[in-house]
Amino acid sequence: MGKAYSLRGKIGDQEVSKLQVGDIIYITGEIFTMRDQAHLKALEILRGGGRLPFDLRGGVIYHCGPLVKGSRLVSAGPTTSMRMERSEGEILARTGAKCIIGKGGMGSGTLSALSEHHAVYAEYPGGAGALAARSVVGIKGVYWRELGDPEAVWVLEVEGFGPCFVTMDCHGRTLRETLKK
Amino acid sequence: MRAEDIAEAIRLMETDLPPDVEAALARCRDEEEGISREVLGAMLENVRIAREGGVPICQDTGSLVFFVSAKGCCSEICRIIMEGVAMATEAVPLRANIVDPFSRKNTGNNLGRGNPIIHIDPRPEGGLRIGILAKGAGSENVSAATMLDPDQSVGGIKEFVLQTVRKAGAKPCPPIIVGVGVGGSLDAAALLSKRALMRRLDEPTEDALSSHLEGDLLREINSLRIGPMGFGGKNTALAVRLEAADCHTASLPVAVSIQCWALRRVFLEAEGDRVLIRR
Repeated sequence: MGKAYSLRGKIGDQEVSKLQVGDIIYITGEIFTMRDQAHLKALEILRGGGRLPFDLRGGVIYHCGPLVKGSRLVSAGPTTSMRMERSEGEILARTGAKCIIGKGGMGSGTLSALSEHHAVYAEYPGGAGALAARSVVGIKGVYWRELGDPEAVWVLEVEGFGPCFVTMDCHGRTLRETLKK
Repeated sequence: MRAEDIAEAIRLMETDLPPDVEAALARCRDEEEGISREVLGAMLENVRIAREGGVPICQDTGSLVFFVSAKGCCSEICRIIMEGVAMATEAVPLRANIVDPFSRKNTGNNLGRGNPIIHIDPRPEGGLRIGILAKGAGSENVSAATMLDPDQSVGGIKEFVLQTVRKAGAKPCPPIIVGVGVGGSLDAAALLSKRALMRRLDEPTEDALSSHLEGDLLREINSLRIGPMGFGGKNTALAVRLEAADCHTASLPVAVSIQCWALRRVFLEAEGDRVLIRR
Protein backbone atom coordinates (compact mmCIF):
# COMPACT_ATOMS: atom_id res chain seq x y z
CA MET A 1 0.00 0.00 0.00
CA GLY A 2 1.17 3.57 -0.71
CA LYS A 3 1.28 6.67 1.46
CA ALA A 4 -1.60 8.56 3.03
CA TYR A 5 -2.00 12.30 2.27
CA SER A 6 -4.31 15.02 3.48
CA LEU A 7 -5.30 17.60 0.86
CA ARG A 8 -6.66 20.99 1.86
CA GLY A 9 -8.35 23.71 -0.18
CA LYS A 10 -7.30 24.30 -3.80
CA ILE A 11 -4.90 21.66 -5.08
CA GLY A 12 -1.63 22.72 -6.69
CA ASP A 13 0.54 21.00 -9.32
CA GLN A 14 3.16 20.04 -6.75
CA GLU A 15 0.65 18.18 -4.65
CA VAL A 16 -0.66 16.34 -7.70
CA SER A 17 2.89 15.35 -8.70
CA LYS A 18 3.63 13.55 -5.47
CA LEU A 19 0.47 11.41 -5.64
CA GLN A 20 1.07 7.89 -6.91
CA VAL A 21 -1.15 4.94 -7.72
CA GLY A 22 -1.86 3.09 -4.45
CA ASP A 23 -1.73 6.21 -2.25
CA ILE A 24 -4.70 7.13 -0.08
CA ILE A 25 -5.94 10.71 0.13
CA TYR A 26 -8.22 12.48 2.61
CA ILE A 27 -9.73 15.75 1.42
CA THR A 28 -10.67 18.81 3.45
CA GLY A 29 -12.36 21.74 1.74
CA GLU A 30 -14.88 22.07 -1.09
CA ILE A 31 -15.81 19.32 -3.50
CA PHE A 32 -18.25 19.59 -6.42
CA THR A 33 -20.59 16.71 -7.25
CA MET A 34 -20.86 16.28 -11.01
CA ARG A 35 -22.24 13.28 -12.85
CA ASP A 36 -23.78 12.52 -16.25
CA GLN A 37 -25.98 15.57 -16.87
CA ALA A 38 -23.70 18.12 -15.16
CA HIS A 39 -20.76 17.05 -17.35
CA LEU A 40 -22.88 17.58 -20.48
CA LYS A 41 -24.22 20.92 -19.30
CA ALA A 42 -20.79 22.22 -18.28
CA LEU A 43 -19.36 21.33 -21.69
CA GLU A 44 -22.28 22.91 -23.50
CA ILE A 45 -21.66 26.20 -21.65
CA LEU A 46 -17.87 26.12 -22.00
CA ARG A 47 -17.90 25.18 -25.69
CA GLY A 48 -20.25 28.12 -26.29
CA GLY A 49 -17.68 30.46 -24.75
CA GLY A 50 -19.61 30.88 -21.51
CA ARG A 51 -18.43 30.60 -17.91
CA LEU A 52 -19.56 28.17 -15.25
CA PRO A 53 -21.31 29.66 -12.21
CA PHE A 54 -18.70 27.95 -10.00
CA ASP A 55 -14.90 27.86 -10.15
CA LEU A 56 -13.30 24.44 -10.61
CA ARG A 57 -9.68 25.62 -10.97
CA GLY A 58 -7.58 23.54 -8.57
CA GLY A 59 -10.80 21.92 -7.47
CA VAL A 60 -12.20 18.46 -6.84
CA ILE A 61 -14.96 16.92 -8.97
CA TYR A 62 -16.86 14.11 -7.25
CA HIS A 63 -18.81 11.61 -9.38
CA CYS A 64 -21.77 11.43 -7.05
CA GLY A 65 -25.52 11.91 -7.01
CA PRO A 66 -26.14 12.54 -3.33
CA LEU A 67 -29.27 11.82 -1.36
CA VAL A 68 -30.27 15.18 0.12
CA LYS A 69 -33.28 15.83 2.34
CA GLY A 70 -34.00 19.52 2.93
CA SER A 71 -30.63 20.93 4.00
CA ARG A 72 -29.37 17.55 5.26
CA LEU A 73 -26.98 15.45 3.23
CA VAL A 74 -28.10 11.88 4.01
CA SER A 75 -25.92 9.60 1.87
CA ALA A 76 -23.23 10.47 -0.69
CA GLY A 77 -21.14 7.61 -2.07
CA PRO A 78 -19.57 7.62 -5.56
CA THR A 79 -21.23 6.65 -8.84
CA THR A 80 -19.62 4.67 -11.68
CA SER A 81 -17.01 6.99 -13.28
CA MET A 82 -16.80 5.23 -16.63
CA ARG A 83 -20.10 6.80 -17.73
CA MET A 84 -18.32 10.18 -17.73
CA GLU A 85 -15.35 8.90 -19.79
CA ARG A 86 -16.52 10.58 -23.00
CA SER A 87 -16.50 14.03 -21.32
CA GLU A 88 -13.80 13.93 -18.66
CA GLY A 89 -10.75 14.79 -20.74
CA GLU A 90 -12.39 17.94 -22.09
CA ILE A 91 -13.74 18.83 -18.63
CA LEU A 92 -10.20 18.68 -17.22
CA ALA A 93 -8.87 20.76 -20.11
CA ARG A 94 -11.56 23.43 -19.89
CA THR A 95 -12.04 23.74 -16.11
CA GLY A 96 -8.60 23.26 -14.58
CA ALA A 97 -9.94 20.79 -12.00
CA LYS A 98 -7.09 18.87 -10.35
CA CYS A 99 -8.77 15.88 -8.80
CA ILE A 100 -11.55 13.52 -9.88
CA ILE A 101 -13.13 11.23 -7.28
CA GLY A 102 -15.37 8.36 -8.36
CA LYS A 103 -15.39 4.59 -8.49
CA GLY A 104 -14.66 1.75 -10.88
CA GLY A 105 -11.80 3.40 -12.78
CA MET A 106 -11.71 5.39 -16.03
CA GLY A 107 -10.40 4.91 -19.55
CA SER A 108 -7.42 5.81 -21.68
CA GLY A 109 -8.84 9.23 -22.65
CA THR A 110 -8.98 10.34 -19.04
CA LEU A 111 -5.58 8.80 -18.28
CA SER A 112 -3.86 10.87 -20.95
CA ALA A 113 -5.82 13.99 -19.92
CA LEU A 114 -4.60 13.50 -16.33
CA SER A 115 -1.00 13.57 -17.61
CA GLU A 116 -1.58 16.49 -19.95
CA HIS A 117 -3.43 18.68 -17.44
CA HIS A 118 -1.65 17.44 -14.34
CA ALA A 119 -4.52 15.96 -12.38
CA VAL A 120 -5.31 12.80 -10.46
CA TYR A 121 -8.15 10.24 -10.31
CA ALA A 122 -8.99 8.56 -7.01
CA GLU A 123 -11.72 6.16 -5.87
CA TYR A 124 -13.96 6.28 -2.83
CA PRO A 125 -15.32 2.91 -1.59
CA GLY A 126 -18.41 2.19 -3.69
CA GLY A 127 -21.71 2.00 -1.85
CA ALA A 128 -20.29 3.62 1.27
CA GLY A 129 -22.79 6.49 1.17
CA ALA A 130 -23.39 6.70 4.92
CA LEU A 131 -19.65 6.79 5.66
CA ALA A 132 -19.14 9.53 3.05
CA ALA A 133 -21.98 11.64 4.46
CA ARG A 134 -20.28 11.62 7.86
CA SER A 135 -17.32 13.60 6.53
CA VAL A 136 -19.55 16.21 4.88
CA VAL A 137 -19.84 19.11 7.30
CA GLY A 138 -22.10 21.29 5.19
CA ILE A 139 -23.72 22.02 1.85
CA LYS A 140 -22.28 25.32 0.58
CA GLY A 141 -24.47 25.61 -2.46
CA VAL A 142 -26.30 23.88 -5.26
CA TYR A 143 -26.33 24.61 -9.00
CA TRP A 144 -28.45 23.33 -11.87
CA ARG A 145 -31.11 21.82 -9.64
CA GLU A 146 -33.43 21.72 -12.65
CA LEU A 147 -31.46 18.63 -13.75
CA GLY A 148 -33.02 16.77 -10.80
CA ASP A 149 -31.40 16.39 -7.37
CA PRO A 150 -29.10 13.43 -8.20
CA GLU A 151 -27.79 15.24 -11.32
CA ALA A 152 -27.38 18.73 -9.82
CA VAL A 153 -24.00 20.18 -8.79
CA TRP A 154 -23.75 20.19 -4.98
CA VAL A 155 -20.90 22.09 -3.38
CA LEU A 156 -19.99 20.02 -0.34
CA GLU A 157 -17.78 21.19 2.51
CA VAL A 158 -15.87 18.10 3.62
CA GLU A 159 -13.44 17.26 6.39
CA GLY A 160 -11.09 14.31 6.05
CA PHE A 161 -13.15 12.93 3.15
CA GLY A 162 -11.70 9.47 2.47
CA PRO A 163 -10.26 6.95 2.08
CA CYS A 164 -9.87 7.92 -1.60
CA PHE A 165 -7.56 5.43 -3.32
CA VAL A 166 -5.42 6.89 -6.12
CA THR A 167 -5.91 4.53 -9.07
CA MET A 168 -4.74 6.81 -11.93
CA ASP A 169 -1.98 9.35 -11.40
CA CYS A 170 -0.54 12.22 -13.44
CA HIS A 171 2.46 10.11 -14.40
CA GLY A 172 0.42 7.88 -16.70
CA ARG A 173 0.16 5.04 -14.23
CA THR A 174 -3.02 3.12 -13.45
CA LEU A 175 -3.93 0.52 -10.83
CA ARG A 176 -5.74 -1.72 -13.27
CA GLU A 177 -3.79 -3.02 -16.24
CA THR A 178 -6.70 -3.32 -18.61
CA LEU A 179 -7.95 0.02 -19.85
CA LYS A 180 -11.30 0.26 -21.53
CA LYS A 181 -11.69 2.62 -24.44
CA MET B 1 -51.12 -4.89 4.81
CA ARG B 2 -50.90 -1.07 4.83
CA ALA B 3 -48.72 1.45 3.03
CA GLU B 4 -47.00 2.10 6.39
CA ASP B 5 -45.87 -1.56 6.53
CA ILE B 6 -44.35 -1.27 3.06
CA ALA B 7 -42.59 1.98 3.99
CA GLU B 8 -41.22 0.45 7.21
CA ALA B 9 -39.89 -2.60 5.34
CA ILE B 10 -38.21 -0.27 2.82
CA ARG B 11 -36.61 1.67 5.68
CA LEU B 12 -35.16 -1.52 7.17
CA MET B 13 -33.96 -2.73 3.77
CA GLU B 14 -32.21 0.56 2.91
CA THR B 15 -30.55 1.16 6.28
CA ASP B 16 -29.44 -2.32 7.33
CA LEU B 17 -27.81 -5.14 5.40
CA PRO B 18 -29.22 -8.70 5.69
CA PRO B 19 -27.05 -10.72 8.15
CA ASP B 20 -26.04 -13.30 5.52
CA VAL B 21 -24.62 -10.55 3.27
CA GLU B 22 -22.79 -8.76 6.10
CA ALA B 23 -21.27 -12.07 7.28
CA ALA B 24 -20.06 -12.84 3.75
CA LEU B 25 -18.43 -9.40 3.46
CA ALA B 26 -16.69 -9.80 6.82
CA ARG B 27 -15.27 -13.15 5.68
CA CYS B 28 -13.92 -11.47 2.52
CA ARG B 29 -12.23 -8.72 4.52
CA ASP B 30 -10.40 -11.28 6.65
CA GLU B 31 -9.11 -12.98 3.50
CA GLU B 32 -7.83 -9.87 1.69
CA GLU B 33 -4.81 -7.63 2.19
CA GLY B 34 -3.60 -4.13 1.20
CA ILE B 35 -6.06 -1.65 -0.25
CA SER B 36 -8.53 -4.46 -1.03
CA ARG B 37 -8.75 -5.13 2.71
CA GLU B 38 -8.97 -1.37 3.43
CA VAL B 39 -11.86 -0.90 1.03
CA LEU B 40 -13.80 -3.82 2.53
CA GLY B 41 -13.16 -2.38 5.99
CA ALA B 42 -14.67 0.94 4.83
CA MET B 43 -17.71 -0.90 3.42
CA LEU B 44 -18.31 -2.71 6.72
CA GLU B 45 -17.83 0.50 8.70
CA ASN B 46 -20.35 2.13 6.38
CA VAL B 47 -22.87 -0.64 7.10
CA ARG B 48 -22.45 -0.08 10.84
CA ILE B 49 -22.85 3.71 10.52
CA ALA B 50 -25.97 3.27 8.37
CA ARG B 51 -27.53 0.83 10.84
CA GLU B 52 -26.74 2.95 13.91
CA GLY B 53 -27.80 6.20 12.31
CA GLY B 54 -30.81 4.76 10.48
CA VAL B 55 -29.57 6.25 7.19
CA PRO B 56 -29.46 4.58 3.75
CA ILE B 57 -26.36 2.43 3.20
CA CYS B 58 -25.88 3.87 -0.29
CA GLN B 59 -27.04 7.14 -1.80
CA ASP B 60 -28.30 5.08 -4.74
CA THR B 61 -31.36 3.75 -2.94
CA GLY B 62 -32.15 1.94 -6.15
CA SER B 63 -35.10 1.11 -8.34
CA LEU B 64 -37.52 -0.74 -6.13
CA VAL B 65 -38.52 -4.19 -7.34
CA PHE B 66 -41.43 -6.00 -5.68
CA PHE B 67 -42.07 -9.74 -5.81
CA VAL B 68 -45.68 -10.29 -4.78
CA SER B 69 -47.26 -13.66 -4.26
CA ALA B 70 -50.88 -13.73 -3.27
CA LYS B 71 -54.17 -15.43 -3.84
CA GLY B 72 -56.57 -13.56 -6.09
CA CYS B 73 -56.42 -10.08 -7.55
CA CYS B 74 -53.55 -7.75 -6.75
CA SER B 75 -54.79 -4.31 -7.77
CA GLU B 76 -55.30 -3.27 -4.15
CA ILE B 77 -51.85 -4.43 -3.11
CA CYS B 78 -50.31 -2.56 -6.07
CA ARG B 79 -51.98 0.62 -4.85
CA ILE B 80 -50.66 0.04 -1.31
CA ILE B 81 -47.14 -0.59 -2.66
CA MET B 82 -47.17 2.65 -4.65
CA GLU B 83 -48.39 4.62 -1.65
CA GLY B 84 -45.72 2.91 0.50
CA VAL B 85 -42.96 3.85 -1.97
CA ALA B 86 -44.02 7.52 -2.01
CA MET B 87 -44.18 7.46 1.80
CA ALA B 88 -40.73 5.84 2.13
CA THR B 89 -39.22 8.34 -0.35
CA GLU B 90 -40.13 11.12 2.09
CA ALA B 91 -39.59 9.29 5.39
CA VAL B 92 -36.48 7.10 5.04
CA PRO B 93 -35.59 9.17 2.87
CA LEU B 94 -34.84 7.64 -0.55
CA ARG B 95 -33.17 9.41 -3.45
CA ALA B 96 -35.63 10.20 -6.25
CA ASN B 97 -34.18 7.96 -8.97
CA ILE B 98 -36.90 7.56 -11.58
CA VAL B 99 -36.78 9.66 -14.76
CA ASP B 100 -38.42 9.76 -18.19
CA PRO B 101 -36.17 7.65 -20.47
CA PHE B 102 -36.02 10.33 -23.18
CA SER B 103 -36.29 13.75 -21.52
CA ARG B 104 -34.54 12.40 -18.35
CA LYS B 105 -36.96 14.49 -16.26
CA ASN B 106 -37.16 13.19 -12.68
CA THR B 107 -40.63 12.26 -11.35
CA GLY B 108 -39.53 13.29 -7.85
CA ASN B 109 -41.11 10.47 -5.84
CA ASN B 110 -39.79 7.18 -7.28
CA LEU B 111 -43.13 6.52 -8.97
CA GLY B 112 -43.60 6.71 -12.71
CA ARG B 113 -44.71 4.85 -15.80
CA GLY B 114 -44.06 1.19 -14.92
CA ASN B 115 -42.47 2.11 -11.59
CA PRO B 116 -41.97 0.71 -9.06
CA ILE B 117 -41.50 -2.59 -10.80
CA ILE B 118 -44.01 -5.12 -9.45
CA HIS B 119 -43.87 -8.82 -10.36
CA ILE B 120 -46.97 -10.75 -9.40
CA ASP B 121 -46.92 -14.45 -8.85
CA PRO B 122 -50.44 -15.70 -8.24
CA ARG B 123 -50.72 -18.72 -6.02
CA PRO B 124 -53.66 -20.95 -5.24
CA GLU B 125 -53.53 -20.52 -1.48
CA GLY B 126 -51.67 -18.94 1.42
CA GLY B 127 -51.33 -15.37 2.62
CA LEU B 128 -49.79 -12.35 0.97
CA ARG B 129 -45.99 -12.37 0.71
CA ILE B 130 -43.92 -9.48 -0.65
CA GLY B 131 -40.20 -9.46 -1.33
CA ILE B 132 -38.53 -6.10 -2.00
CA LEU B 133 -35.17 -5.50 -3.69
CA ALA B 134 -33.47 -2.09 -3.94
CA LYS B 135 -31.50 -2.34 -7.18
CA GLY B 136 -28.80 0.25 -7.73
CA ALA B 137 -27.91 1.27 -11.27
CA GLY B 138 -24.15 0.71 -11.08
CA SER B 139 -24.72 -3.02 -11.00
CA GLU B 140 -27.91 -3.06 -13.08
CA ASN B 141 -26.09 -1.27 -15.94
CA VAL B 142 -23.67 -4.18 -16.34
CA SER B 143 -26.30 -6.94 -16.19
CA ALA B 144 -27.02 -8.78 -19.45
CA ALA B 145 -29.15 -11.38 -21.20
CA THR B 146 -28.56 -13.54 -24.26
CA MET B 147 -30.21 -16.25 -26.31
CA LEU B 148 -27.85 -19.20 -26.68
CA ASP B 149 -28.29 -22.12 -29.05
CA PRO B 150 -29.35 -25.26 -27.18
CA ASP B 151 -26.16 -27.09 -28.15
CA GLN B 152 -24.08 -24.49 -26.29
CA SER B 153 -25.44 -26.06 -23.10
CA VAL B 154 -23.75 -25.65 -19.70
CA GLY B 155 -20.44 -24.59 -21.27
CA GLY B 156 -22.15 -21.73 -23.08
CA ILE B 157 -23.98 -20.63 -19.94
CA LYS B 158 -20.73 -20.51 -17.96
CA GLU B 159 -18.95 -18.64 -20.71
CA PHE B 160 -21.67 -15.97 -20.87
CA VAL B 161 -21.74 -15.49 -17.09
CA LEU B 162 -17.94 -15.17 -16.91
CA GLN B 163 -17.86 -12.83 -19.91
CA THR B 164 -20.51 -10.61 -18.26
CA VAL B 165 -18.60 -10.46 -14.95
CA ARG B 166 -15.26 -9.82 -16.69
CA LYS B 167 -16.73 -7.02 -18.77
CA ALA B 168 -18.36 -5.49 -15.66
CA GLY B 169 -14.98 -5.30 -13.92
CA ALA B 170 -14.95 -2.77 -11.08
CA LYS B 171 -18.11 -0.93 -12.17
CA PRO B 172 -20.73 -2.82 -10.10
CA CYS B 173 -18.93 -2.37 -6.72
CA PRO B 174 -17.51 -5.86 -6.16
CA PRO B 175 -17.57 -8.18 -4.28
CA ILE B 176 -20.78 -8.83 -6.21
CA ILE B 177 -23.63 -11.31 -5.97
CA VAL B 178 -24.41 -12.91 -9.32
CA GLY B 179 -28.02 -13.89 -10.10
CA VAL B 180 -28.33 -16.25 -13.06
CA GLY B 181 -31.59 -17.08 -14.84
CA VAL B 182 -31.62 -20.01 -17.23
CA GLY B 183 -34.54 -20.96 -19.49
CA GLY B 184 -38.02 -19.54 -19.88
CA SER B 185 -37.77 -16.76 -22.49
CA LEU B 186 -35.78 -13.52 -22.81
CA ASP B 187 -38.03 -11.73 -20.29
CA ALA B 188 -38.55 -14.77 -18.04
CA ALA B 189 -34.79 -15.47 -17.81
CA ALA B 190 -34.19 -11.87 -16.74
CA LEU B 191 -36.86 -12.17 -14.06
CA LEU B 192 -35.41 -15.49 -12.86
CA SER B 193 -31.99 -13.87 -12.53
CA LYS B 194 -33.56 -11.15 -10.33
CA ARG B 195 -35.52 -13.64 -8.23
CA ALA B 196 -32.26 -15.53 -7.66
CA LEU B 197 -30.96 -12.47 -5.75
CA MET B 198 -33.83 -12.86 -3.27
CA ARG B 199 -32.44 -16.18 -2.02
CA ARG B 200 -30.22 -16.14 1.05
CA LEU B 201 -26.53 -16.51 0.29
CA ASP B 202 -26.17 -19.32 2.85
CA GLU B 203 -29.27 -21.25 1.77
CA PRO B 204 -28.40 -24.58 0.10
CA THR B 205 -29.61 -25.11 -3.48
CA GLU B 206 -31.79 -28.21 -3.73
CA ASP B 207 -31.35 -28.99 -7.41
CA ALA B 208 -28.03 -30.85 -7.72
CA LEU B 209 -27.10 -29.55 -11.18
CA SER B 210 -27.88 -25.91 -10.24
CA SER B 211 -25.94 -26.28 -6.99
CA HIS B 212 -22.94 -27.68 -8.84
CA LEU B 213 -23.08 -24.92 -11.44
CA GLU B 214 -23.30 -22.21 -8.74
CA GLY B 215 -20.18 -23.63 -7.05
CA ASP B 216 -18.24 -23.88 -10.33
CA LEU B 217 -19.20 -20.37 -11.38
CA LEU B 218 -18.25 -18.86 -8.02
CA ARG B 219 -14.80 -20.46 -8.20
CA GLU B 220 -14.26 -19.36 -11.80
CA ILE B 221 -15.49 -15.80 -11.11
CA ASN B 222 -13.18 -15.49 -8.11
CA SER B 223 -10.28 -16.77 -10.19
CA LEU B 224 -10.71 -13.61 -12.35
CA ARG B 225 -9.20 -11.77 -9.34
CA ILE B 226 -11.06 -8.52 -10.04
CA GLY B 227 -11.31 -8.21 -6.23
CA PRO B 228 -13.07 -5.72 -3.94
CA MET B 229 -13.80 -2.51 -5.93
CA GLY B 230 -11.60 -3.93 -8.67
CA PHE B 231 -8.47 -3.47 -6.53
CA GLY B 232 -7.50 -7.13 -7.06
CA GLY B 233 -7.89 -10.01 -4.63
CA LYS B 234 -9.53 -13.33 -3.95
CA ASN B 235 -13.08 -12.09 -3.59
CA THR B 236 -14.80 -10.88 -6.76
CA ALA B 237 -18.16 -12.44 -5.83
CA LEU B 238 -19.80 -13.33 -2.52
CA ALA B 239 -22.14 -15.87 -4.11
CA VAL B 240 -23.76 -17.10 -7.32
CA ARG B 241 -27.49 -17.92 -7.16
CA LEU B 242 -29.11 -19.66 -10.11
CA GLU B 243 -32.77 -20.18 -10.98
CA ALA B 244 -34.02 -22.24 -13.91
CA ALA B 245 -37.27 -22.72 -15.82
CA ASP B 246 -38.26 -24.91 -18.74
CA CYS B 247 -37.99 -23.33 -22.17
CA HIS B 248 -38.75 -23.73 -25.90
CA THR B 249 -36.99 -26.67 -27.56
CA ALA B 250 -35.12 -24.31 -29.91
CA SER B 251 -33.94 -21.84 -27.21
CA LEU B 252 -31.55 -21.53 -24.32
CA PRO B 253 -32.16 -18.09 -22.75
CA VAL B 254 -29.62 -16.92 -20.14
CA ALA B 255 -29.72 -13.74 -18.05
CA VAL B 256 -27.24 -12.42 -15.51
CA SER B 257 -28.31 -9.90 -12.88
CA ILE B 258 -25.27 -8.40 -11.23
CA GLN B 259 -25.77 -7.09 -7.70
CA CYS B 260 -23.35 -4.84 -5.78
CA TRP B 261 -22.04 -5.86 -2.34
CA ALA B 262 -24.89 -3.90 -0.73
CA LEU B 263 -27.57 -6.48 -1.50
CA ARG B 264 -30.60 -4.79 0.04
CA ARG B 265 -33.61 -7.11 0.26
CA VAL B 266 -36.47 -7.57 2.70
CA PHE B 267 -39.67 -9.64 2.98
CA LEU B 268 -43.14 -8.90 4.34
CA GLU B 269 -45.59 -11.61 5.26
CA ALA B 270 -49.22 -11.11 6.17
CA GLU B 271 -50.52 -13.41 8.88
CA GLY B 272 -54.13 -12.55 9.54
CA ASP B 273 -54.04 -8.92 10.67
CA ARG B 274 -50.35 -9.02 11.53
CA VAL B 275 -47.55 -8.12 9.17
CA LEU B 276 -44.12 -9.67 9.77
CA ILE B 277 -40.95 -8.12 8.34
CA ARG B 278 -38.07 -10.54 7.87
CA ARG B 279 -34.63 -10.47 6.25
